[in-house]
Amino acid sequence: MPPPTSSLRTILSRDKVSFIVHSASSPFQQIRLDRVSRAFGSFNALREVSLDIGRGEFIALLGPSGCGKSTALNCIAGLLAITGGAISLDDRRIDELKPEDRGFGMVFQNYALFPHMKVRDNVGFGLKMRGVPRADADRRIDAALELVRLGNQGDKLPGQLSGGQQQRVAIARAIVIEPALVLMDEPLSNLDAKLRLEMRAEIRRIHNQLGATTIYVTHDQDEALSLADRVVVMRDGQIRQVGRPEELYDSPASLDVAEFMGFRNRIAGTVTAIDNGRATIAVGDARLVGRAGAGLGPGDAAMLVARPDDLALAAAGLGATVESVEYRGREFVGLARTGDDSELVFHSDTRLDTGATVTLAPDPARALVFRAAS
Amino acid sequence: MSTPDAPVSLRRRLALRGLDGTTLLIAPALLFLLAVFVYPFLYGLWLSFAPKAGPWFSNYAAFFSDPFQYNTIWTTLALALPVTVISLLVAIPVAFRVRLMRRQRLLTTILVLPITLGTVLIAQGLLNYLGPQGWFSRTLMFLHLTGGPVRLTHNYWGVFASILITGFPFTFLLTLSYVTGIDPALEQAGATLGASAWQRFRHIFLPLLVPGLAISFLLSFVQSFAVFPSAVLVGAPAGPTRVISIAAYQAAFEKYDYSMASAIAMIMAAVQLVVVVLVLAGRNMFYRGSTSGGKG
Repeated sequence: MPPPTSSLRTILSRDKVSFIVHSASSPFQQIRLDRVSRAFGSFNALREVSLDIGRGEFIALLGPSGCGKSTALNCIAGLLAITGGAISLDDRRIDELKPEDRGFGMVFQNYALFPHMKVRDNVGFGLKMRGVPRADADRRIDAALELVRLGNQGDKLPGQLSGGQQQRVAIARAIVIEPALVLMDEPLSNLDAKLRLEMRAEIRRIHNQLGATTIYVTHDQDEALSLADRVVVMRDGQIRQVGRPEELYDSPASLDVAEFMGFRNRIAGTVTAIDNGRATIAVGDARLVGRAGAGLGPGDAAMLVARPDDLALAAAGLGATVESVEYRGREFVGLARTGDDSELVFHSDTRLDTGATVTLAPDPARALVFRAAS
Repeated sequence: MSTPDAPVSLRRRLALRGLDGTTLLIAPALLFLLAVFVYPFLYGLWLSFAPKAGPWFSNYAAFFSDPFQYNTIWTTLALALPVTVISLLVAIPVAFRVRLMRRQRLLTTILVLPITLGTVLIAQGLLNYLGPQGWFSRTLMFLHLTGGPVRLTHNYWGVFASILITGFPFTFLLTLSYVTGIDPALEQAGATLGASAWQRFRHIFLPLLVPGLAISFLLSFVQSFAVFPSAVLVGAPAGPTRVISIAAYQAAFEKYDYSMASAIAMIMAAVQLVVVVLVLAGRNMFYRGSTSGGKG
C-alpha cells in the first residue's frame, strides 16, 4: 500500500469547507474489470463482466435484486474473492489484494458504523489504522465532518443520530482516507423518500467537490440516472448495457433494459414495414409505429414497448377497455385492458369513465420496437 | 356508560402501571423462586447465625481462624478462575471460526456433547485416560518423552481437566451467540478502512464482545466455583483440591453441624458475589448498546 500522502488542497468554497481531502492517495487513470466472474457453488452471480472506469467518473451499477451488482462491488472492494478474470488499477492487478490493502472507501447499505465509537472516532478509524499523526488526523476528521455537514455532531455515538446523519457519517468515514475509489452499496435504500432526495444531492455534491471515482450500486433507476455519469445496467450477472443516463433513458438496447427503464407497456405484434428507422407492427387490425430496434425485418414477431407518458388516446390505434383511472394532478393515469388481455397504462388529459372503450396509440418517436424474445 | 369526568376505573389504572391479567402468568415462577431459592437462602442465613455453641458469629469466626477451612476459598478460586479464563480464551477463537462455517450445526453438536455426559462419566473417562496407567501417560512413555508414569488424576490437574471439559461447551455456546450477534458488515467496514485482521478484532470485535464475554465469564465461573463431584472423583479431596463445597459437605454430613455448613455456604455465596460485582463493575466501563452498525 502506498503511504498516505495528505495532499490537502486549500479551497474556498460556498460550503465553508476550508480545505478538502483530495483524492490522491493512489492516483490511477483507469480501473479495469476484465471478464470478472464470481460463482457461489453452481450459481454464477457474475459472468465475465468487463468494464473500464476512468478516473473521476461516477458509475452507477443498476439492476434488480440478484442481478450481481452488489457482488460486483464486493469483488472490487475485496470482500469477495473473484472466481475468474482480473481486476486492475492501470496495469496493477489488485484482485489478489486483501480489502485492507486496496485502500478503497466503502459505504454500506446499513451504514456499518462502529456502534461503540463516537462519530469522530468512526470517521477517524481509517486514519488511525494508517498511523496518521493525531493532529493531522483531527484536521482531516474536522474537514470530512464539515463536508457532510455534521461539524457539531462529532462527540455523539452513532445510535444517537438519525438515519440520514448516520449515512453521512458513513460517507465521511469512507472519504476521509482519501480513497482513489469510493464504493457505495445502495446507501440510500434505508432512508425515507424525502431524505433520499436530499442525500442524493449531497452525494453528487461531495463527488463533485472531491473528484474521487465513485461506483454506486442501486436498484432505483431514478437514483442511477440522476447521479451517474455512466450507468451500467446489469441482469443475471451480466452487463446488459452501459451508457450515459440519457442514452439509456431514450434508447435502451434491449427489451430487458427497456423494461427496467420504465417502458411498462408491452404490446406484441408482427412487423409489417420498416421505414426510415420506424417500424410498423400489426396488432390484430391495429397498426402501431415505434422506433425500430436492431436486426428487425418485416414479418418478424416483435414487441413494442412504451412508457405510460408516451401512450395516449388517439384516433387510430389499439382498442382497450378502461379499468381504472387515477388523478395525478395535471393529468390522469389510466389502466386499460386490451382484447387479448394485456394491461396498458396510459396518460390522459381528461377524466375517463371506468368501462369506457378507448383507442390508444404510442408516440412513434419514443416507443421502441424490439424483436420478440423467442 | 361513564362520563368523561368520571374517575378512571381501578382496573384501568392498574393496567396503566403494567398490572393486568397477564401479570398472573409470572405467579408460578414467583412461587417457585420463593420456595426453592428465597426461603432456603434466608433460612440458611438465619441458621448460620445460630451456632451450636458460642456467640452468633462463632461459625464465621471459626471458619476464618482455621487455615484448613479458609484456605478452601483460595483452592476453589485457584481452580475456578483459571478454568474460566482458559475456556473463554479457547472459546473465542473457535467461535470466530465457527461463525464463518456453513455446517455450524454439526460442529456445535460435537462441541456440546460433553454437557450431556455428566460429571461422573467424564471423571470415569479421565481416570482411564489420564491416570498413571492411562493411554496418555503410556503414550508419553512409549515416545520416551517422560521417564516414569505421569500422574494427572487425583490431583489439581484432574479436577482442572474435568471442569474444563464439562464447562467448555457452555462457555462456547454463550460466546458463539455473542460473536455471531455482531453485524458482519462492521468487520467488512473495518477491512475496507485498512484494519488488519488483528486490528479488526482488537478495535471492533473485542470492545463489542466485552459485555457478553463478562456474562459468559460469570456464568462459567459460578458453575466452576461450585465444583464438587469432580473434586472428589478425580481430585485429592483431602488436600490440594479440598474445595469450599467439600468443606460445607463435611460440616453438614460428617460433623452434622448444619449451622456451620450454612455459614460456609454463605461464605461461598459472598465470594461469588464479590467476583460477580467486580466483573459487572468492570463491564460497565465498556460500551453496552446495540452491536449492529445501523438501520436495516
